[in-house]
Amino acid sequence: MALELLIGAIKAVVVLLLVLNIAAILLWFERKGSALMQDRIGANRANIFGIGKRLGMPNLGLINTLMADALKLFTKEDFIPDGADKFVHGLAPFLALFPVLVTFAVIPFGDTVTIMGHRIDLQAANLDVGALYILATIGIGVYGIALAGWSSNNRWSLLGGTRATAQMISYELAMGLAIVSIVVTYGTLDLQGICRAQGGVWFGFLPKWGILLQPVAFLMLMTAGMAESKRVPFDLPEGESELIAGYYVEYSGSKQAVFMLTDFAEVVLVSALATTFFFGGWQVPYLYHDGFHFPWGSMIALPNVAVAILGVVAFILKVLLFCWLQIVIRWTLPRFRYDQLMRLGWKGLLPLGLANVAVTAVIVVLAGA
Amino acid sequence: MPLWLFIFLGALSVISALGVVIQRNPVHSLLALIVTLMTIGVLFIGLGAVTVGFLQVIVYVGAILVLFLFVIWLLNLQSTPMDSGHLALKLLGALGAAALVAELFAFFVQTPLAPPAAKVASDYGSVLQLSNSLFSDYLIAFEVTSVLLLAAVVGAVALARRAPAEPESERAEPRAARSEGW
Repeated sequence: MALELLIGAIKAVVVLLLVLNIAAILLWFERKGSALMQDRIGANRANIFGIGKRLGMPNLGLINTLMADALKLFTKEDFIPDGADKFVHGLAPFLALFPVLVTFAVIPFGDTVTIMGHRIDLQAANLDVGALYILATIGIGVYGIALAGWSSNNRWSLLGGTRATAQMISYELAMGLAIVSIVVTYGTLDLQGICRAQGGVWFGFLPKWGILLQPVAFLMLMTAGMAESKRVPFDLPEGESELIAGYYVEYSGSKQAVFMLTDFAEVVLVSALATTFFFGGWQVPYLYHDGFHFPWGSMIALPNVAVAILGVVAFILKVLLFCWLQIVIRWTLPRFRYDQLMRLGWKGLLPLGLANVAVTAVIVVLAGA
Repeated sequence: MPLWLFIFLGALSVISALGVVIQRNPVHSLLALIVTLMTIGVLFIGLGAVTVGFLQVIVYVGAILVLFLFVIWLLNLQSTPMDSGHLALKLLGALGAAALVAELFAFFVQTPLAPPAAKVASDYGSVLQLSNSLFSDYLIAFEVTSVLLLAAVVGAVALARRAPAEPESERAEPRAARSEGW
Protein backbone atom coordinates (compact mmCIF):
# COMPACT_ATOMS: atom_id res chain seq x y z
CA MET A 1 0.00 0.00 0.00
CA ALA A 2 2.76 2.42 0.99
CA LEU A 3 4.69 1.41 -2.12
CA GLU A 4 1.65 2.06 -4.30
CA LEU A 5 1.30 5.51 -2.77
CA LEU A 6 5.00 6.20 -3.33
CA ILE A 7 4.77 5.10 -6.98
CA GLY A 8 1.71 7.28 -7.44
CA ALA A 9 3.44 10.28 -5.91
CA ILE A 10 6.55 9.78 -8.07
CA LYS A 11 4.42 9.56 -11.21
CA ALA A 12 2.53 12.74 -10.27
CA VAL A 13 5.78 14.64 -9.67
CA VAL A 14 7.32 13.34 -12.90
CA VAL A 15 4.29 14.45 -14.95
CA LEU A 16 4.23 17.86 -13.27
CA LEU A 17 7.95 18.45 -13.82
CA LEU A 18 7.68 17.27 -17.40
CA VAL A 19 4.93 19.78 -18.14
CA LEU A 20 6.55 22.69 -16.33
CA ASN A 21 9.91 22.05 -17.96
CA ILE A 22 8.46 21.82 -21.45
CA ALA A 23 6.52 25.03 -20.74
CA ALA A 24 9.71 26.83 -19.67
CA ILE A 25 11.62 25.60 -22.70
CA LEU A 26 8.76 26.75 -24.91
CA LEU A 27 9.13 30.23 -23.48
CA TRP A 28 12.73 30.29 -24.69
CA PHE A 29 11.82 28.59 -27.95
CA GLU A 30 9.09 31.11 -28.64
CA ARG A 31 11.36 34.11 -28.11
CA LYS A 32 14.28 32.76 -30.07
CA GLY A 33 12.14 31.02 -32.68
CA SER A 34 10.05 34.09 -33.39
CA ALA A 35 13.26 36.10 -33.72
CA LEU A 36 14.49 33.59 -36.27
CA MET A 37 11.22 33.80 -38.21
CA GLN A 38 11.30 37.59 -38.19
CA ASP A 39 15.00 37.89 -39.00
CA ARG A 40 15.88 39.36 -35.61
CA ILE A 41 18.49 38.23 -33.09
CA GLY A 42 16.10 37.89 -30.16
CA ALA A 43 16.99 37.30 -26.52
CA ASN A 44 20.77 37.64 -26.26
CA ARG A 45 21.61 39.84 -23.24
CA ALA A 46 22.59 38.18 -19.98
CA ASN A 47 25.85 36.60 -21.08
CA ILE A 48 27.18 35.70 -17.66
CA PHE A 49 31.02 35.59 -17.53
CA GLY A 50 30.99 35.45 -21.33
CA ILE A 51 31.10 31.67 -21.20
CA GLY A 52 29.36 31.22 -24.52
CA LYS A 53 31.66 33.71 -26.24
CA ARG A 54 34.75 32.13 -24.77
CA LEU A 55 33.71 28.77 -26.15
CA GLY A 56 33.08 30.36 -29.51
CA MET A 57 29.31 29.78 -29.41
CA PRO A 58 26.62 32.30 -30.28
CA ASN A 59 24.67 33.67 -27.32
CA LEU A 60 21.46 31.68 -27.43
CA GLY A 61 19.75 33.71 -24.72
CA LEU A 62 19.07 30.64 -22.60
CA ILE A 63 20.25 32.37 -19.44
CA ASN A 64 18.02 35.37 -20.18
CA THR A 65 14.82 33.51 -20.66
CA LEU A 66 15.18 30.63 -18.28
CA MET A 67 17.03 32.28 -15.37
CA ALA A 68 17.22 36.06 -15.54
CA ASP A 69 13.58 36.49 -16.56
CA ALA A 70 12.34 34.07 -13.93
CA LEU A 71 14.41 35.73 -11.20
CA LYS A 72 13.20 39.15 -12.26
CA LEU A 73 9.54 38.10 -12.33
CA PHE A 74 9.62 36.43 -8.95
CA THR A 75 11.43 39.26 -7.17
CA LYS A 76 9.40 42.11 -8.65
CA GLU A 77 6.91 44.10 -6.61
CA ASP A 78 3.51 42.46 -6.53
CA PHE A 79 1.19 45.34 -7.27
CA ILE A 80 -2.52 45.20 -6.39
CA PRO A 81 -4.50 48.10 -7.84
CA ASP A 82 -6.72 50.38 -5.77
CA GLY A 83 -10.25 49.11 -5.35
CA ALA A 84 -9.33 45.62 -6.48
CA ASP A 85 -10.83 42.63 -4.76
CA LYS A 86 -7.62 41.51 -3.02
CA PHE A 87 -8.69 37.95 -2.28
CA VAL A 88 -9.99 37.16 -5.76
CA HIS A 89 -7.11 39.06 -7.38
CA GLY A 90 -4.65 36.79 -5.60
CA LEU A 91 -6.67 33.63 -6.20
CA ALA A 92 -7.27 34.11 -9.94
CA PRO A 93 -3.81 33.17 -11.34
CA PHE A 94 -3.85 29.90 -9.46
CA LEU A 95 -7.43 29.17 -10.50
CA ALA A 96 -6.16 29.57 -14.05
CA LEU A 97 -3.05 27.38 -13.72
CA PHE A 98 -4.42 24.60 -11.52
CA PRO A 99 -7.00 23.06 -13.92
CA VAL A 100 -4.44 22.96 -16.74
CA LEU A 101 -1.88 21.14 -14.61
CA VAL A 102 -4.31 18.60 -13.15
CA THR A 103 -5.55 17.68 -16.63
CA PHE A 104 -2.20 16.02 -17.29
CA ALA A 105 -2.99 13.45 -14.59
CA VAL A 106 -5.03 11.32 -16.98
CA ILE A 107 -2.79 11.60 -20.03
CA PRO A 108 -0.81 8.39 -20.50
CA PHE A 109 2.84 9.03 -21.28
CA GLY A 110 3.84 5.40 -21.70
CA ASP A 111 2.69 1.79 -21.77
CA THR A 112 2.38 -0.41 -18.69
CA VAL A 113 5.82 -1.56 -17.52
CA THR A 114 6.63 -4.38 -15.14
CA ILE A 115 9.50 -3.56 -12.78
CA MET A 116 10.43 -6.15 -10.14
CA GLY A 117 6.98 -7.74 -10.28
CA HIS A 118 5.12 -4.44 -10.03
CA ARG A 119 2.89 -3.46 -12.91
CA ILE A 120 3.22 0.29 -13.30
CA ASP A 121 0.88 2.16 -15.60
CA LEU A 122 2.75 5.17 -16.99
CA GLN A 123 -0.13 7.53 -16.32
CA ALA A 124 -0.52 9.58 -13.14
CA ALA A 125 -4.17 8.60 -12.60
CA ASN A 126 -5.72 5.66 -14.40
CA LEU A 127 -9.34 6.77 -14.78
CA ASP A 128 -11.99 4.84 -16.68
CA VAL A 129 -13.63 8.13 -17.58
CA GLY A 130 -10.51 10.07 -18.58
CA ALA A 131 -12.23 11.89 -21.43
CA LEU A 132 -14.99 13.16 -19.10
CA TYR A 133 -12.33 14.29 -16.63
CA ILE A 134 -10.61 16.31 -19.36
CA LEU A 135 -13.88 18.01 -20.31
CA ALA A 136 -14.50 18.84 -16.64
CA THR A 137 -11.07 20.37 -16.00
CA ILE A 138 -11.17 22.37 -19.24
CA GLY A 139 -14.55 23.73 -18.15
CA ILE A 140 -13.16 24.89 -14.80
CA GLY A 141 -10.25 26.69 -16.48
CA VAL A 142 -12.50 29.60 -17.45
CA TYR A 143 -12.81 30.94 -13.92
CA GLY A 144 -9.22 32.00 -13.38
CA ILE A 145 -9.27 34.23 -16.44
CA ALA A 146 -12.78 35.56 -15.84
CA LEU A 147 -12.13 36.42 -12.20
CA ALA A 148 -8.74 37.97 -13.01
CA GLY A 149 -10.52 40.34 -15.36
CA TRP A 150 -13.24 41.15 -12.85
CA SER A 151 -11.16 41.53 -9.70
CA SER A 152 -8.64 44.02 -11.12
CA ASN A 153 -11.08 46.95 -11.04
CA ASN A 154 -9.99 47.99 -14.50
CA ARG A 155 -12.16 48.34 -17.60
CA TRP A 156 -9.61 46.83 -19.93
CA SER A 157 -9.25 43.86 -17.63
CA LEU A 158 -13.00 43.40 -17.43
CA LEU A 159 -13.38 43.61 -21.21
CA GLY A 160 -10.55 41.16 -21.67
CA GLY A 161 -12.03 38.82 -19.08
CA THR A 162 -15.46 38.95 -20.74
CA ARG A 163 -13.97 38.27 -24.15
CA ALA A 164 -11.88 35.42 -22.80
CA THR A 165 -14.84 33.81 -21.05
CA ALA A 166 -17.11 34.00 -24.10
CA GLN A 167 -14.33 32.69 -26.31
CA MET A 168 -13.35 29.80 -24.08
CA ILE A 169 -16.95 28.69 -23.60
CA SER A 170 -17.64 28.83 -27.33
CA TYR A 171 -14.59 26.78 -28.26
CA GLU A 172 -15.03 24.32 -25.41
CA LEU A 173 -18.02 22.94 -27.33
CA ALA A 174 -16.00 22.33 -30.49
CA MET A 175 -13.25 20.72 -28.42
CA GLY A 176 -15.80 18.54 -26.61
CA LEU A 177 -17.34 17.41 -29.90
CA ALA A 178 -13.92 16.50 -31.28
CA ILE A 179 -13.26 14.41 -28.17
CA VAL A 180 -16.75 12.83 -28.42
CA SER A 181 -16.13 11.65 -31.98
CA ILE A 182 -12.87 10.03 -30.88
CA VAL A 183 -14.64 8.39 -27.94
CA VAL A 184 -17.35 7.05 -30.27
CA THR A 185 -14.71 5.75 -32.67
CA TYR A 186 -12.77 3.80 -30.05
CA GLY A 187 -15.72 2.98 -27.79
CA THR A 188 -13.93 3.93 -24.56
CA LEU A 189 -13.44 6.98 -22.37
CA ASP A 190 -10.17 5.60 -21.01
CA LEU A 191 -7.20 7.42 -22.55
CA GLN A 192 -4.84 4.50 -22.04
CA GLY A 193 -7.39 2.35 -23.89
CA ILE A 194 -7.54 4.87 -26.74
CA CYS A 195 -3.73 4.77 -26.99
CA ARG A 196 -3.70 0.95 -26.98
CA ALA A 197 -6.32 0.86 -29.75
CA GLN A 198 -3.97 2.89 -31.95
CA GLY A 199 -1.26 0.22 -31.94
CA GLY A 200 -0.68 -2.04 -34.92
CA VAL A 201 -0.87 -1.36 -38.65
CA TRP A 202 -3.33 -1.32 -41.53
CA PHE A 203 -2.46 -2.92 -44.88
CA GLY A 204 0.81 -4.05 -43.35
CA PHE A 205 2.47 -0.64 -43.24
CA LEU A 206 0.11 2.19 -42.18
CA PRO A 207 0.15 2.89 -38.40
CA LYS A 208 -3.37 2.71 -36.93
CA TRP A 209 -3.35 6.30 -35.73
CA GLY A 210 -6.52 8.23 -35.00
CA ILE A 211 -5.72 10.99 -37.48
CA LEU A 212 -6.48 8.57 -40.33
CA LEU A 213 -9.90 7.78 -38.86
CA GLN A 214 -10.82 11.27 -37.65
CA PRO A 215 -8.97 13.95 -39.66
CA VAL A 216 -11.80 16.48 -39.19
CA ALA A 217 -11.83 15.99 -35.42
CA PHE A 218 -8.06 16.56 -35.35
CA LEU A 219 -8.35 19.91 -37.13
CA MET A 220 -11.18 20.88 -34.79
CA LEU A 221 -9.24 19.92 -31.70
CA MET A 222 -6.20 21.92 -32.80
CA THR A 223 -8.26 25.00 -33.74
CA ALA A 224 -10.37 24.90 -30.60
CA GLY A 225 -7.30 24.17 -28.52
CA MET A 226 -5.47 27.21 -29.85
CA ALA A 227 -8.54 29.31 -29.13
CA GLU A 228 -8.72 27.87 -25.62
CA SER A 229 -5.12 28.80 -24.96
CA LYS A 230 -5.89 32.35 -26.16
CA ARG A 231 -2.89 32.70 -28.44
CA VAL A 232 -2.60 34.43 -31.79
CA PRO A 233 -4.68 34.23 -33.99
CA PHE A 234 -7.22 33.92 -31.16
CA ASP A 235 -5.60 36.30 -28.66
CA LEU A 236 -8.44 38.84 -28.57
CA PRO A 237 -8.70 38.70 -24.77
CA GLU A 238 -5.19 40.17 -24.66
CA GLY A 239 -5.41 42.31 -27.81
CA GLU A 240 -2.47 44.65 -27.14
CA SER A 241 -3.64 47.33 -29.53
CA GLU A 242 -7.07 47.78 -27.96
CA LEU A 243 -6.90 46.25 -24.46
CA ILE A 244 -3.18 46.61 -23.64
CA ALA A 245 -2.96 43.12 -22.19
CA GLY A 246 -6.60 42.33 -21.41
CA TYR A 247 -7.42 40.31 -18.34
CA TYR A 248 -3.93 40.41 -16.81
CA VAL A 249 -3.10 44.06 -17.37
CA GLU A 250 -3.14 44.69 -13.60
CA TYR A 251 -0.92 41.76 -12.72
CA SER A 252 2.78 42.05 -12.09
CA GLY A 253 5.66 39.97 -10.85
CA SER A 254 5.06 36.36 -9.96
CA LYS A 255 1.30 36.42 -10.54
CA GLN A 256 1.81 37.63 -14.08
CA ALA A 257 4.42 34.90 -14.50
CA VAL A 258 1.80 32.36 -13.42
CA PHE A 259 -0.53 33.58 -16.21
CA MET A 260 2.32 33.30 -18.69
CA LEU A 261 3.08 29.79 -17.46
CA THR A 262 -0.61 28.91 -17.84
CA ASP A 263 -0.45 29.96 -21.48
CA PHE A 264 2.49 27.70 -22.20
CA ALA A 265 1.11 24.84 -20.10
CA GLU A 266 -2.04 25.08 -22.23
CA VAL A 267 0.05 24.81 -25.38
CA VAL A 268 1.61 21.65 -23.97
CA LEU A 269 -1.85 20.39 -22.99
CA VAL A 270 -3.28 20.85 -26.48
CA SER A 271 -0.25 19.09 -27.93
CA ALA A 272 -0.60 16.23 -25.46
CA LEU A 273 -4.31 15.85 -26.27
CA ALA A 274 -3.64 15.87 -30.02
CA THR A 275 -0.88 13.29 -29.52
CA THR A 276 -3.00 11.03 -27.34
CA PHE A 277 -6.16 11.13 -29.42
CA PHE A 278 -4.80 11.30 -32.94
CA PHE A 279 -1.15 10.26 -33.07
CA GLY A 280 -1.10 7.14 -30.99
CA GLY A 281 0.16 8.67 -27.75
CA TRP A 282 3.21 6.63 -26.79
CA GLN A 283 2.88 4.26 -29.76
CA VAL A 284 5.93 4.00 -31.99
CA PRO A 285 5.16 2.71 -35.50
CA TYR A 286 6.04 -0.99 -35.93
CA LEU A 287 7.10 -1.29 -32.28
CA TYR A 288 5.40 -4.12 -30.39
CA HIS A 289 5.92 -5.62 -26.94
CA ASP A 290 8.91 -7.66 -28.09
CA GLY A 291 10.55 -5.18 -30.47
CA PHE A 292 10.27 -3.72 -33.95
CA HIS A 293 8.43 -5.69 -36.65
CA PHE A 294 9.08 -3.85 -39.89
CA PRO A 295 6.69 -4.18 -42.83
CA TRP A 296 9.46 -5.63 -44.97
CA GLY A 297 9.68 -8.61 -42.66
CA SER A 298 12.81 -7.95 -40.62
CA MET A 299 12.65 -7.69 -36.84
CA ILE A 300 14.70 -6.16 -34.04
CA ALA A 301 14.11 -7.76 -30.65
CA LEU A 302 14.09 -5.38 -27.66
CA PRO A 303 13.65 -5.94 -23.92
CA ASN A 304 10.40 -4.80 -22.29
CA VAL A 305 11.98 -1.84 -20.49
CA ALA A 306 13.59 -0.50 -23.68
CA VAL A 307 10.20 -0.64 -25.41
CA ALA A 308 8.64 1.34 -22.56
CA ILE A 309 11.41 3.97 -22.63
CA LEU A 310 11.06 4.30 -26.41
CA GLY A 311 7.34 4.87 -25.87
CA VAL A 312 7.92 7.67 -23.37
CA VAL A 313 10.50 9.31 -25.66
CA ALA A 314 8.10 9.03 -28.60
CA PHE A 315 5.33 10.67 -26.58
CA ILE A 316 7.56 13.60 -25.57
CA LEU A 317 8.84 14.05 -29.13
CA LYS A 318 5.31 14.09 -30.53
CA VAL A 319 4.23 16.62 -27.91
CA LEU A 320 7.21 18.84 -28.74
CA LEU A 321 6.37 18.60 -32.44
CA PHE A 322 2.86 19.92 -31.83
CA CYS A 323 4.18 22.65 -29.53
CA TRP A 324 6.47 23.72 -32.36
CA LEU A 325 3.54 23.64 -34.79
CA GLN A 326 1.47 25.91 -32.53
CA ILE A 327 4.32 28.38 -32.13
CA VAL A 328 4.87 28.52 -35.88
CA ILE A 329 1.15 29.13 -36.40
CA ARG A 330 1.21 31.83 -33.76
CA TRP A 331 3.97 33.75 -35.50
CA THR A 332 2.48 33.27 -38.97
CA LEU A 333 -1.16 34.31 -38.74
CA PRO A 334 -2.61 37.76 -37.94
CA ARG A 335 -5.26 38.21 -35.25
CA PHE A 336 -8.94 37.59 -35.97
CA ARG A 337 -11.65 40.14 -35.42
CA TYR A 338 -13.99 39.25 -32.56
CA ASP A 339 -17.07 38.65 -34.71
CA GLN A 340 -15.01 36.46 -37.04
CA LEU A 341 -13.89 34.45 -34.04
CA MET A 342 -17.46 33.95 -32.82
CA ARG A 343 -18.68 33.11 -36.31
CA LEU A 344 -15.95 30.51 -36.74
CA GLY A 345 -16.82 28.96 -33.39
CA TRP A 346 -20.60 28.86 -33.60
CA LYS A 347 -21.30 28.70 -37.32
CA GLY A 348 -18.22 26.83 -38.47
CA LEU A 349 -16.81 24.47 -35.87
CA LEU A 350 -20.01 23.61 -33.96
CA PRO A 351 -22.09 22.37 -36.97
CA LEU A 352 -19.00 20.67 -38.36
CA GLY A 353 -18.44 18.91 -35.06
CA LEU A 354 -22.07 17.80 -34.80
CA ALA A 355 -21.98 16.47 -38.36
CA ASN A 356 -18.72 14.67 -37.63
CA VAL A 357 -20.18 13.00 -34.54
CA ALA A 358 -23.33 11.97 -36.44
CA VAL A 359 -21.38 10.51 -39.37
CA THR A 360 -18.98 8.73 -37.00
CA ALA A 361 -21.88 7.22 -35.05
CA VAL A 362 -23.56 5.92 -38.21
CA ILE A 363 -20.32 4.39 -39.50
CA VAL A 364 -19.55 2.79 -36.13
CA VAL A 365 -23.03 1.23 -35.95
CA LEU A 366 -22.88 0.00 -39.56
CA ALA A 367 -19.38 -1.44 -39.07
CA GLY A 368 -20.47 -3.17 -35.87
CA ALA A 369 -23.61 -4.69 -37.39
CA MET B 1 -15.15 6.40 0.58
CA PRO B 2 -13.75 6.68 4.12
CA LEU B 3 -16.06 8.22 6.69
CA TRP B 4 -13.73 11.12 7.59
CA LEU B 5 -13.53 12.15 3.94
CA PHE B 6 -17.31 12.04 3.63
CA ILE B 7 -17.71 14.18 6.73
CA PHE B 8 -15.05 16.63 5.53
CA LEU B 9 -16.62 17.03 2.07
CA GLY B 10 -20.13 17.22 3.50
CA ALA B 11 -19.09 19.90 5.99
CA LEU B 12 -17.28 21.82 3.24
CA SER B 13 -20.31 21.78 0.97
CA VAL B 14 -22.65 22.89 3.78
CA ILE B 15 -20.31 25.69 4.89
CA SER B 16 -19.83 26.96 1.35
CA ALA B 17 -23.60 26.72 0.76
CA LEU B 18 -24.02 28.97 3.80
CA GLY B 19 -21.42 31.25 2.25
CA VAL B 20 -23.56 31.59 -0.88
CA VAL B 21 -26.35 33.09 1.21
CA ILE B 22 -24.30 35.09 3.69
CA GLN B 23 -21.81 36.85 1.36
CA ARG B 24 -22.64 40.43 0.45
CA ASN B 25 -20.67 40.46 -2.79
CA PRO B 26 -22.44 38.49 -5.56
CA VAL B 27 -19.14 37.31 -7.07
CA HIS B 28 -18.04 35.93 -3.70
CA SER B 29 -21.39 34.14 -3.45
CA LEU B 30 -20.71 32.67 -6.86
CA LEU B 31 -17.27 31.45 -5.75
CA ALA B 32 -18.87 29.79 -2.73
CA LEU B 33 -21.45 28.17 -5.01
CA ILE B 34 -18.62 26.80 -7.18
CA VAL B 35 -17.07 25.19 -4.09
CA THR B 36 -20.45 23.70 -3.12
CA LEU B 37 -21.11 22.19 -6.52
CA MET B 38 -17.54 20.88 -6.84
CA THR B 39 -17.72 19.14 -3.46
CA ILE B 40 -21.09 17.64 -4.39
CA GLY B 41 -19.50 16.37 -7.60
CA VAL B 42 -16.65 14.82 -5.61
CA LEU B 43 -19.17 13.28 -3.19
CA PHE B 44 -20.98 11.68 -6.15
CA ILE B 45 -17.69 10.26 -7.40
CA GLY B 46 -16.74 9.00 -3.94
CA LEU B 47 -20.11 7.26 -3.55
CA GLY B 48 -19.61 5.39 -6.81
CA ALA B 49 -21.68 7.53 -9.18
CA VAL B 50 -18.57 8.49 -11.18
CA THR B 51 -20.34 9.58 -14.36
CA VAL B 52 -22.89 11.70 -12.56
CA GLY B 53 -20.12 13.33 -10.54
CA PHE B 54 -18.17 14.39 -13.62
CA LEU B 55 -21.33 15.52 -15.41
CA GLN B 56 -22.18 17.62 -12.34
CA VAL B 57 -18.83 19.40 -12.64
CA ILE B 58 -19.00 19.77 -16.45
CA VAL B 59 -22.57 21.05 -16.59
CA TYR B 60 -22.91 23.10 -13.42
CA VAL B 61 -19.41 24.40 -12.75
CA GLY B 62 -18.22 24.45 -16.35
CA ALA B 63 -21.28 25.98 -17.98
CA ILE B 64 -24.14 27.17 -15.80
CA LEU B 65 -22.11 29.09 -13.24
CA VAL B 66 -20.19 30.86 -16.01
CA LEU B 67 -23.59 32.07 -17.21
CA PHE B 68 -24.29 33.29 -13.66
CA LEU B 69 -21.00 35.18 -13.75
CA PHE B 70 -22.03 36.83 -17.01
CA VAL B 71 -25.36 37.84 -15.57
CA ILE B 72 -23.67 39.36 -12.52
CA TRP B 73 -21.33 41.33 -14.80
CA LEU B 74 -23.93 42.48 -17.29
CA LEU B 75 -26.44 43.56 -14.64
CA ASN B 76 -23.55 45.22 -12.78
CA LEU B 77 -24.76 43.95 -9.41
CA GLN B 78 -23.26 45.84 -6.48
CA SER B 79 -22.83 44.73 -2.92
CA THR B 80 -24.95 47.57 -1.54
CA PRO B 81 -26.62 46.92 1.80
CA MET B 82 -30.31 46.51 1.15
CA ASP B 83 -32.98 47.67 3.52
CA SER B 84 -34.47 44.60 5.12
CA GLY B 85 -38.13 45.14 4.29
CA HIS B 86 -41.42 45.40 6.03
CA LEU B 87 -42.03 43.97 9.51
CA ALA B 88 -44.85 41.74 8.23
CA LEU B 89 -42.49 40.27 5.62
CA LYS B 90 -39.94 39.52 8.32
CA LEU B 91 -42.59 37.76 10.43
CA LEU B 92 -43.84 35.75 7.48
CA GLY B 93 -40.29 34.79 6.58
CA ALA B 94 -39.55 33.64 10.12
CA LEU B 95 -42.77 31.59 10.19
CA GLY B 96 -41.96 29.97 6.86
CA ALA B 97 -38.44 29.11 7.98
CA ALA B 98 -39.74 27.61 11.22
CA ALA B 99 -42.26 25.49 9.32
CA LEU B 100 -39.55 24.22 6.97
CA VAL B 101 -37.21 23.33 9.85
CA ALA B 102 -40.05 21.51 11.64
CA GLU B 103 -40.88 19.54 8.51
CA LEU B 104 -37.24 18.58 7.89
CA PHE B 105 -36.89 17.56 11.55
CA ALA B 106 -39.98 15.35 11.31
CA PHE B 107 -38.51 13.55 8.31
CA PHE B 108 -35.12 13.31 9.96
CA VAL B 109 -36.55 11.62 13.04
CA GLN B 110 -38.42 9.04 10.95
CA THR B 111 -35.39 8.05 8.89
CA PRO B 112 -33.25 5.26 10.34
CA LEU B 113 -29.65 6.45 10.78
CA ALA B 114 -28.17 3.23 9.44
CA PRO B 115 -30.35 2.03 6.54
CA PRO B 116 -29.92 -1.61 5.49
CA ALA B 117 -27.15 -1.87 2.90
CA ALA B 118 -28.67 -2.00 -0.56
CA LYS B 119 -27.22 -4.42 -3.07
CA VAL B 120 -25.41 -2.55 -5.83
CA ALA B 121 -24.36 -3.94 -9.18
CA SER B 122 -20.60 -4.08 -9.74
CA ASP B 123 -20.75 -1.64 -12.65
CA TYR B 124 -22.92 0.79 -10.70
CA GLY B 125 -22.39 4.39 -11.79
CA SER B 126 -20.31 3.52 -14.84
CA VAL B 127 -20.94 5.26 -18.15
CA LEU B 128 -22.18 2.02 -19.69
CA GLN B 129 -24.70 1.31 -16.94
CA LEU B 130 -25.96 4.90 -16.87
CA SER B 131 -26.40 5.12 -20.63
CA ASN B 132 -28.06 1.71 -20.76
CA SER B 133 -30.75 2.82 -18.33
CA LEU B 134 -31.07 6.25 -19.97
CA PHE B 135 -31.51 4.82 -23.44
CA SER B 136 -33.72 1.84 -22.55
CA ASP B 137 -35.74 2.14 -19.32
CA TYR B 138 -36.04 5.90 -19.30
CA LEU B 139 -35.85 6.58 -23.03
CA ILE B 140 -39.13 8.47 -23.33
CA ALA B 141 -38.51 10.67 -20.29
CA PHE B 142 -34.97 11.36 -21.54
CA GLU B 143 -36.08 12.33 -25.04
CA VAL B 144 -38.98 14.45 -23.78
CA THR B 145 -36.57 16.32 -21.48
CA SER B 146 -34.19 16.96 -24.36
CA VAL B 147 -37.04 18.33 -26.49
CA LEU B 148 -38.04 20.58 -23.59
CA LEU B 149 -34.48 21.92 -23.30
CA LEU B 150 -34.29 22.44 -27.05
CA ALA B 151 -37.57 24.37 -26.96
CA ALA B 152 -36.13 26.57 -24.19
CA VAL B 153 -33.01 27.27 -26.28
CA VAL B 154 -35.05 28.09 -29.38
CA GLY B 155 -37.29 30.34 -27.30
CA ALA B 156 -34.30 32.18 -25.86
CA VAL B 157 -32.87 32.73 -29.34
CA ALA B 158 -36.24 34.00 -30.58
CA LEU B 159 -36.51 36.46 -27.69
CA ALA B 160 -32.95 37.69 -28.19
CA ARG B 161 -33.41 38.05 -31.93
CA ARG B 162 -36.53 40.21 -31.74
CA ALA B 163 -34.97 43.04 -29.78
CA PRO B 164 -32.51 44.69 -32.24
CA ALA B 165 -34.35 46.27 -35.15
CA GLU B 166 -31.09 47.17 -36.91
CA PRO B 167 -30.18 45.26 -40.06
CA GLU B 168 -27.84 42.25 -39.96
CA SER B 169 -24.73 44.29 -39.42
CA GLU B 170 -21.33 43.08 -38.33
CA ARG B 171 -21.99 44.47 -34.86
CA ALA B 172 -25.12 42.46 -34.19
CA GLU B 173 -23.45 39.20 -35.09
CA PRO B 174 -21.57 38.17 -31.94
CA ARG B 175 -24.40 38.92 -29.57
CA ALA B 176 -26.92 36.88 -31.49
CA ALA B 177 -24.42 34.12 -32.02
CA ARG B 178 -23.58 33.89 -28.36
CA SER B 179 -27.16 33.61 -27.21
CA GLU B 180 -27.66 30.58 -29.41
CA GLY B 181 -25.32 28.67 -27.19
CA TRP B 182 -27.34 29.09 -24.09
